[in-house]
Amino acid sequence: MKYLDEYRNPKLARQLAHGISEITTHNWTIMEVCGGQTHAIVRFGIDSLLPGEITLLHGPGCPVCVTPVELIDKAIEIAVRPKVIFCSFGDMMRVPGTGKDLLSVKAEGADVRMVYSPFDALKMAVDNPDREIVFFAIGFETTAPANAMAVYQAKKRNIKNFSILVSHVLVPPAIEAILSSDNNRVQGFLAAGHVCAVMGYNEYIPIAGKYHVPIVVTGFEPLDILQGIYMVICQLEKGRAEVENQYSRAVKKDGNPQAIGIMNEVFRIIPRKWRGIGEMPKSGLGLKHEYSEYDAESRFGLTGYRVEESSECISGLILRGIKKPFDCEAFGKNCTPERPLGATMVSSEGACAAYYRYRRIAPNQ
Amino acid sequence: MNDQLKKTDKSFIPACPIPISQYSKILVAHGGGGKLMHDLLEKIIIPTFNNPELEARHDGAIIELGKTRLAFTTDSYVVKPLFFPGSDIGALAVNGTVNDLAMCGARPLYLSAGFILEEGLSMDTLWRIVQSMQRAAEVAGVKLITGDTKVVDKGKGDDIFINTAGIGIIEHGLNIGPSSIKPGDVIIINGDIGRHGMAIMSAREGLNFESTIESDCAPLNGLVLKLIESGVEIHCLRDLTRGGLASALVEIAETSNTGIEIEENAIPVRNDVRGACEILGLDPIYVANEGRMAIFVKSTDAKNAFEIINSDPFGINASIIGTVTDKHAGMVTIKSSIGISRIVDMISGEQLPRIC
Repeated sequence: MKYLDEYRNPKLARQLAHGISEITTHNWTIMEVCGGQTHAIVRFGIDSLLPGEITLLHGPGCPVCVTPVELIDKAIEIAVRPKVIFCSFGDMMRVPGTGKDLLSVKAEGADVRMVYSPFDALKMAVDNPDREIVFFAIGFETTAPANAMAVYQAKKRNIKNFSILVSHVLVPPAIEAILSSDNNRVQGFLAAGHVCAVMGYNEYIPIAGKYHVPIVVTGFEPLDILQGIYMVICQLEKGRAEVENQYSRAVKKDGNPQAIGIMNEVFRIIPRKWRGIGEMPKSGLGLKHEYSEYDAESRFGLTGYRVEESSECISGLILRGIKKPFDCEAFGKNCTPERPLGATMVSSEGACAAYYRYRRIAPNQ
Repeated sequence: MNDQLKKTDKSFIPACPIPISQYSKILVAHGGGGKLMHDLLEKIIIPTFNNPELEARHDGAIIELGKTRLAFTTDSYVVKPLFFPGSDIGALAVNGTVNDLAMCGARPLYLSAGFILEEGLSMDTLWRIVQSMQRAAEVAGVKLITGDTKVVDKGKGDDIFINTAGIGIIEHGLNIGPSSIKPGDVIIINGDIGRHGMAIMSAREGLNFESTIESDCAPLNGLVLKLIESGVEIHCLRDLTRGGLASALVEIAETSNTGIEIEENAIPVRNDVRGACEILGLDPIYVANEGRMAIFVKSTDAKNAFEIINSDPFGINASIIGTVTDKHAGMVTIKSSIGISRIVDMISGEQLPRIC
């Protein structure tokens, strides 16, 4: 397929991998932030092309994985109310809350629907004026602009039976949290290309400087990821710590001003709880006061609801790159995609699910 | 804890079904052709009805009546929308059951049709569906010879559900099924994959792609019989319906306790299907087909088989995608497009579009 096969060329992949081996003289640990990159690395087997000195750690960039339990409980609590149509992206529906997931409550009769866009939910609100349409607005900076636009349009068009359950989180605070933790192992980052396509990469420049860590904005295809790794290793080997852009075909330094504009119009930065990591200041988005009538949490009276997370699963350590899925006793035994103990096993972007799906044995090459 | 539970379950309450995963109710995902459905069959259906025909876990049962071998199968059709690019529920209900018989190596002969109609269904819709069934039956060379009609109250059905059952005759000595698979066997598929699933998805979800993806719905009995008549030693056949190529191969690897190795680059996927899958974060090897099958043949017959398949109208984009091995028994591995092998897993329930 044009514009895609070019980035999956096996010959070029091996050449790039060879190039990485040639410049690598030390042990280096790199984290890819985005779950989409984790998925591609494991699906294509990119890490097995790399020299043994390089360790890839899988970061907290899977929006499904980091959505806290209490928010899923809130989603379920809203979904079971009469008159509600609860709309969610597909892979959010299997994530367990304290007791259930959205698929289970759907089986019990709740009207839960999978949508591809918040605008599908908004249209549903127009088409069903006697129902309450609630959209589960999760994700990083990538999904935030469209969700903001849906709320903006709801207000502009005076659509009253629409609200969103917001769980937006932001990448840079997560990177800072990892870098400032005592047991941090990460020496370089592949930043998430799609997040940067929206936000640009100005935010990362002070982080690279403060923690002396190279950050390379990277795409999602095998050659993108290999080139991103090459660029990080180049910097590490030379002692540089800068922000570079591998994914220049999609990312500009200042990002997408329209997308940022609509986000700033509708959302404000607030502290957010992350599943497996805990609450981080300034790490998420919430609706601004002017749009608070579209906040499902307050519309359904759930703002004070709190749940403590169980500690049986090490997904928090995996999300922060401290451990890998194979380090977990439960991996593939008590914890499988059918019966996940934690969020990293649920989403296909989650590190544990990706490992389970592609890595239970080491296949012969 | 699980092991303990299983032990006590067996000794105390032998008739009690073992709970399936953690779900106490049926989810849509239990019908998705993946692991949840697999569990449902393995834990509830197969142990209960427990007999050798069912144990074979094939697309249909093989029955021996004197010297005659018959294949018998059934399938229910609940697809929405009823009409979609390339086909409709009526043609699907015929071809699906015809193909299940063909996968047993049988010549399909007779079908039954059970209709569950919802109050309020338009007569014109029913007429179009029934006409389409008859046309499909003519193409496949089968007759619909018995049936049943029930009407349920408005809201208790979804316009129309169709069940078809079919009988076919096996006119050769081959034993086609997972148990006949041997290391060294070559795996051929008869065309590009993923079209049916993406056609349904684009029609159902109102996704507008640049081009229309049409379902690959087709009867495969003609092609299968052609292969058998030409003397190709077929070891196993499996249509790649729900759960797609991946789930079919994983199921076969598990049942036959052999290893399967396939190559991503050898699997034909049309550009528009790949594009749509990329956008939605789906993997075409898990997407449903209705006119595609995996054909396991003896390695020395592979070239001949491929040529026969490739010259048939329902095998134009055929491809040799892999082989059976005695390594990693029960598992399927795929060599990714950049040349690295990994495991192919059965999907858990339905394939859910990824967020970003």
